[in-house]
Amino acid sequence: MAAELHVELVAADRSVWSGEATLVVARTTSGDIGVMPGHQPLLGVLESGPVTIRTSDGGTVVAAVHGGFISFADNKLSLLAEIAELSDEIDVQRAERALERAKSDADASAERRADVRLRAVATR
Amino acid sequence: MGAQLRVYKRRIRSVTATKKITKAMEMIAASRVVKAQRKVAASAPYATELTRAVTAVGTGSNTKHPLTTEAETATRSAVLLLTSDRGLAGAFNSNAIKAAELLTARLVAEGKEVDTYIVGRRGLAHYNFRERKVVESWSGFTDEPTYADAKNVAGPLIEAIEKDTADGGVDELHIVYTEFVSMMTQTAIDGRLLPLRLEEVAEEAPKGEILPLYEFEPSAEDVLDALLPRYVESRIYNALLQSAASKHAATRRAMKSATDNAGDLITSLSRLANAARQAEITQEISEIVGGSAALADATAGSDK
Repeated sequence: MAAELHVELVAADRSVWSGEATLVVARTTSGDIGVMPGHQPLLGVLESGPVTIRTSDGGTVVAAVHGGFISFADNKLSLLAEIAELSDEIDVQRAERALERAKSDADASAERRADVRLRAVATR
Repeated sequence: MGAQLRVYKRRIRSVTATKKITKAMEMIAASRVVKAQRKVAASAPYATELTRAVTAVGTGSNTKHPLTTEAETATRSAVLLLTSDRGLAGAFNSNAIKAAELLTARLVAEGKEVDTYIVGRRGLAHYNFRERKVVESWSGFTDEPTYADAKNVAGPLIEAIEKDTADGGVDELHIVYTEFVSMMTQTAIDGRLLPLRLEEVAEEAPKGEILPLYEFEPSAEDVLDALLPRYVESRIYNALLQSAASKHAATRRAMKSATDNAGDLITSLSRLANAARQAEITQEISEIVGGSAALADATAGSDK
């Protein structure tokens, strides 16, 4: 059996996803980082962006994460985010509407949030 | 029906209506406590993970940060007081306010100026009535606070602490809120949020675990920079949630005793009403008996 790491994806007000995974790819402020089992202890700042989790049963979980932290130690990976949504939870139409609205209001952060949501959906 | 009896009947009706209302409020509060408690529990994983991360950076690097270093002579403190928007919660708000007053008095005795920040209309009304200065206040979300609300509250506070004291910034941040101990016990407590005592944070983290040497991405300073405001937000969020749960529990208790009290009132009022009714009947009987006796006497006299 391939080595596994335990992933906890938690938002400020709830636990979003937890389970075993073989690879987690997240975007930190200095670029995308992939974490596999046995990685050196790591603590990083996340950018808002999609997080990809390859689960140990071969599936893929994609989540849109808006700001937060990644920390890895003892084969346990925690993704802390103020807001985190799994791609299946994202309402595409709503995100598209939010994107339109953000563009017309020139609200850069809202536009970025909507964009991240849509990109997370696109990969599912 | 006599006048006395009518008055009692009316009072019983009005107390019964009040009892129904307080009973309904009790039930609503009871269901909200459960919901609020669930929210406190749901926010726990984030808070624990964040505490771990802060401990890791704090102990794993020698980074100095304005939010963790104590000013040599603190001259101004900010006090954040969490109250509720609505009353009918027993001593909930006055306890929190009292705790804030005590803390303020202590800080003033230490020679510090105190800036007050308030959440909840009740606390604000208390300060406004006494014409005390409130730097900033928020209200409208105390029943069900969200993380965005906590962010709104934390924003100006973090800004104030990052500013130089000479330019109107603060050196310390204290928070006064009501801790939800259990359904029956809620205590108003005060605590210092900033500057952070890393040893205290470390104590809160799970025991017996040796923290690994982390690699920081991009750097320890940047991680701490990003981490500390989030930590403050999460603490404020937790305090808001606990305060909301406590408020609902206090409301439930206050409404329960109001309902019990109304029940007692109804019992004693109906006893009085029964006595009044009985007195009326007795009076009527004695009037009839008296009347008939007088009649009998009169007829007995005329027979002779």
